[in-house]
Amino acid sequence: MIGIAWKSICNRWTTAVLAVLAIAMSVALILTVEKIRRDARDSFAQTVSGTDLIIGARSGSVQLLLYSVFRIGNATNNISWKSVEEIRQRQAVDWIIPISLGDSHAGFRVLGTNHDYFERYRYGDKRSLEFASGKPFDDVFDAVLGSEVAAQLGYKIADSMVVAHGTGKVALVEHENQPFKVSGILKPTGTPVDRAVHVSLEGIEAMHVDWRNGAAVKGEGTDADVVRGMDLKPRAVTALLVGLSSRGAVFREQRAINTYRAEPLLAILPGVALQELWGLISVAEKALLIVSICVVVAGLVNLMSVLLAGLNERRREMAVLRSAGAKPANVFLLLCIESAVLTIGGIILGLALHYLLTGLGALFLQQRFGLSVALSLPGSTDLKILLAIAVAGLLAGTLPALQAYRKSLADGLSHRL
Amino acid sequence: MSESVSHVVRLNQVNFHWSKSLKAVIDIPEFSMRRGESVFLQGASGSGKTTLLSLIAAVLQPQSGQVSVDGVELGTLRGGQRDQFRVDRIGLVFQQFNLLPFLSVSENIQLPCRFSKLRRSQAVHAGKSIDEETDRLLSAMHLSPSDIKNRKVTDLSVGQQQRVAVARALIGRPKLIIADEPTSALDSDTRQAFLQLLFSEVHAAGCTLLFVSHDASLGSMFDRSVNLKDINLAANNSDMLGATG
Repeated sequence: MIGIAWKSICNRWTTAVLAVLAIAMSVALILTVEKIRRDARDSFAQTVSGTDLIIGARSGSVQLLLYSVFRIGNATNNISWKSVEEIRQRQAVDWIIPISLGDSHAGFRVLGTNHDYFERYRYGDKRSLEFASGKPFDDVFDAVLGSEVAAQLGYKIADSMVVAHGTGKVALVEHENQPFKVSGILKPTGTPVDRAVHVSLEGIEAMHVDWRNGAAVKGEGTDADVVRGMDLKPRAVTALLVGLSSRGAVFREQRAINTYRAEPLLAILPGVALQELWGLISVAEKALLIVSICVVVAGLVNLMSVLLAGLNERRREMAVLRSAGAKPANVFLLLCIESAVLTIGGIILGLALHYLLTGLGALFLQQRFGLSVALSLPGSTDLKILLAIAVAGLLAGTLPALQAYRKSLADGLSHRL
Repeated sequence: MSESVSHVVRLNQVNFHWSKSLKAVIDIPEFSMRRGESVFLQGASGSGKTTLLSLIAAVLQPQSGQVSVDGVELGTLRGGQRDQFRVDRIGLVFQQFNLLPFLSVSENIQLPCRFSKLRRSQAVHAGKSIDEETDRLLSAMHLSPSDIKNRKVTDLSVGQQQRVAVARALIGRPKLIIADEPTSALDSDTRQAFLQLLFSEVHAAGCTLLFVSHDASLGSMFDRSVNLKDINLAANNSDMLGATG
């Protein structure tokens, strides 16, 4: 029976291929959407770990989370260095990582921070940053590159680089007078860290020595050695990552910072802010999922229409089968096997397409956002989706099969059409 | 041997109409065929030939009366049993389009053996294996097995296709062969040759043959020639029923 079904499909291979393609595309789409949704979530959630509070100028919590951790968007305001010192001295505070953003190098963000960043920053499952080569910055003009930056721009240790003001891809004014030197390159993390150029807070200040009110001061520009001799104490930072000595204090500290009198500040719990972010994104996710489901349904309807449309042409074929001894049940089975073969073929091709898409998509997401999407075997959710599609495909096949069953009963052995 | 078994086909007071409002298409008080007999059934189109064949092949059931084939009263069989009975005991050849285009010649011939264990075992019994029996039947039909066996059905001429269809009807030696206008798509030369082959092989297999055609000139070649008009009372008073074919 399977042999007959297979040969019958091969006989009408163009429509069969189209039906398989339709199913394959819907399978690939729904799996890829599901995968990106899940991996993006994981990747976001993995970016920051072990940080109890994120502090920035008062704005929205999602905004603060986005610009401080994911480097998406810009800060509305800074935190003064005085406040940073006061927060550092609070009893519950174990450590702080200052973050200063606002400059770029060849489209990559420049992040000003201190050594605590390399010691305290955690991502994924509480993993700390590791150096692929070199060491943290010592000098004002030292820079530590994320793996992606080094790979894309081809920098090695001790190469010099020029940092531009502003965060656009094409910088209008570059801080040419103070070239930076690569002191270290980090190992890949699969987080936005890979796409950052890390310099000391003093380095950020040094870049702006000749700048006043956002414009370059006329003249030759200050020599690097002169700059080194200047007082480069940072005046402000963009955000702080804070670790507390006891997690139990987290809500008390959050409240204290949110009601801080000297400056309007905002403290957020990364996990809570992430949840808020998911709340925002889930609408789009759901829309995407609904579209994917519609595509799957369209694929199945196509399968059904291919089988139904073929039925009239195949009445003669059914009658021949009947006259050669096939029972109506055999004819029914034949159609069911056909739809099963087409569905399973579609699922297999869809899986292949899905891996191709995620392979390419992962490359794009890694380069564009530093988010890691790993190729993996289908998970239990994927298997459930595939099973659902397989069952739906078989069900979609039963209607044409029933139709064929009825027709072959009614036509009997008659060949006159 | 009792009378019911010596007759391969026996109709008794059979009455069939498509729906209650229409007149009867078949009203046959008595018709029978002896074992090994070849009967030519002649009738104009619309005289109920195909309906009669459908009744004998257990595709249709009469509203009243009994049809028995090979000693089995068809009315006693259920749907699935009728299908099995048909493939076990009856080989069918139609006017044209007898073959599945996507199967090879030998696969087409062996099709009944897929659905009937009886036909399969009888085919194995007749030859040494199903493949050998297929080759034997092809040769008997004057088709070269090595040449034609794996060809696509659609590459064959109509005459060759009809001979393949006969080989399929004969495989596994069913008791009854029903041929419905098998020669009407053939020219007269091929027709003669085709009938010769059909007769000799049906005879060799010990089958009973019911051959239906509107062409009365073929009748002389058969053991017995019957005009449907003479046995079907409904045919005489149903001139208006030309549409049912």
